[in-house]
Amino acid sequence: MISIKNVRKSFGEKNVLNGIDLEVPLGETLVILGRSGCGKSVLLKIIAGLLSIDGGEVWVDGTEITKLKRKKMNQIRQKIGMLFQSAALFDSMSVAENIAFMLDQHTDLTQQEMRKVVDEKLKLVDLDGVQELRPAQLSGGMRKRVGLARALAFNPEIILYDEPTTGLDPVTCNEINELIRDLNKKLQVTSVVVTHDMHSAFSVGTLMVMLHEGKKLAYGTPDSMINEDNPILQQFILFGAPDQILNIDDPTLRKYTGRKTE
Amino acid sequence: MTPPTSTPAPTNGLAFLLKNRLYNTLSEIGEAFRLFAETIFQIFRPPWQFDLLMKQLLFIGFNSLTVVLVSGFFTGMVLGVQGYVQLKPYAVEGSVAQFVSVSVVKELGPMITAFVLSGRIGASITAELSTMKVTEQIDALEVMGTNPVKYLVVPRFLACSIMLPTLTIFSTFAGIFGGYIAVVTLFGFNGSFYILQVQQHLYIGSVFISLIKATSFGMAIAAVGCYKGFSISSAGGAEGVGTATTGSAVISLITILVLDFILNHILFNLLGFS
Repeated sequence: MISIKNVRKSFGEKNVLNGIDLEVPLGETLVILGRSGCGKSVLLKIIAGLLSIDGGEVWVDGTEITKLKRKKMNQIRQKIGMLFQSAALFDSMSVAENIAFMLDQHTDLTQQEMRKVVDEKLKLVDLDGVQELRPAQLSGGMRKRVGLARALAFNPEIILYDEPTTGLDPVTCNEINELIRDLNKKLQVTSVVVTHDMHSAFSVGTLMVMLHEGKKLAYGTPDSMINEDNPILQQFILFGAPDQILNIDDPTLRKYTGRKTE
Repeated sequence: MTPPTSTPAPTNGLAFLLKNRLYNTLSEIGEAFRLFAETIFQIFRPPWQFDLLMKQLLFIGFNSLTVVLVSGFFTGMVLGVQGYVQLKPYAVEGSVAQFVSVSVVKELGPMITAFVLSGRIGASITAELSTMKVTEQIDALEVMGTNPVKYLVVPRFLACSIMLPTLTIFSTFAGIFGGYIAVVTLFGFNGSFYILQVQQHLYIGSVFISLIKATSFGMAIAAVGCYKGFSISSAGGAEGVGTATTGSAVISLITILVLDFILNHILFNLLGFS
């Protein structure tokens, strides 16, 4: 569904991505892990076509997108929904107008039909009665939900999440994680989640990739990542992953934690 | 024996800084022209969203009317007082209406309107667009398949280009009226003679020049405002928005002055308008 081949990207003299290869098969949820500034969000924006690359190829649904003209790229973008880190809701519009924006721009639906879609998508993210509110009147968690409802408005085949739980309290984080997991199951979409929140990563991911200094450090299922014998990855997991998913009897983990079996 | 070491390239010398500054300035000018060219291209490409244009026309035009009228009125009053006082020693104070009307129509009407709008509208456009950039709203537009230049820049550019000349007409009338009030009430000037003089010296060519200038100033204000809004880095934050907004107001004012000189040279010197 999404295929990234030898992608390179630099800003000035700083190499952010240095030959990344990655596959996200249909229906899977790939979590991109890595320390702040390692290029996670840059990679997500490259998949969304928001950033150009210096070299390599990015294939989305069988189309190489890096050399596409805007018109063709916009057709591909209609298959993509994106939840931004700050939700990126349009301040000057109501919640309903935000969710209906893409329908208003790209379809001939009537106001009534759009209203129906808005209600339906808000229900999907467990929100109701906020249609006429402005983004400024919403809490952080509600903004993320509305952002997600907007991302779902055009029934995308791919959903990109940029740090979906950043800035939220633990309870709301958990709610958002459950929501992402449920939606991915219910809608059978392919998802890419950028996060450094390990709770979130293990909660929603079916595949994981760890980026480090512009390169792919490890790639695999959550279980295989836990067992990966790599000190950088293990430190990253150990400092953030919930205890219930870690088996401290695991020899690899014991090696890095120094923890002994009770 | 120590191996020979190569001297590192200076990174803080005056020549290096000047070269860097020149490179950045030229890059910015190039980017600004690229945005301007895309804006012109998008104006003629369907679909046309008249609702967005109407919203901007209302915001720029109706909401600026009062401040433009007040500025024009007092500029006219100042011209009336100065004109009368300066012309009186030469016993030609009777020409004060001509002095006020010609100055207001050809120069001060479009200029004062542009100054007011560059502070009020240009800065507001930059603040709005740069905030949208910092909060990823412009990225969100792109991801949803909407061209930000068409959606955000085109309506503001067109509205400024339409409303600047429209407001200049109001400002010009306010200026001539301000001059009338000043000289009639303060110096007992004959009101009928003032109106007659204005009619005699107000040519259609002068109004045409005024409107050409105003339209050009409107385009410049929108282009600078939008470019400064778009050019902020996503990581710029509140400080970046503040810097971009201040920069927009300053560059707009300088652009208006430079453009005014160029237009005066072309219209009056090269094309022979009087």
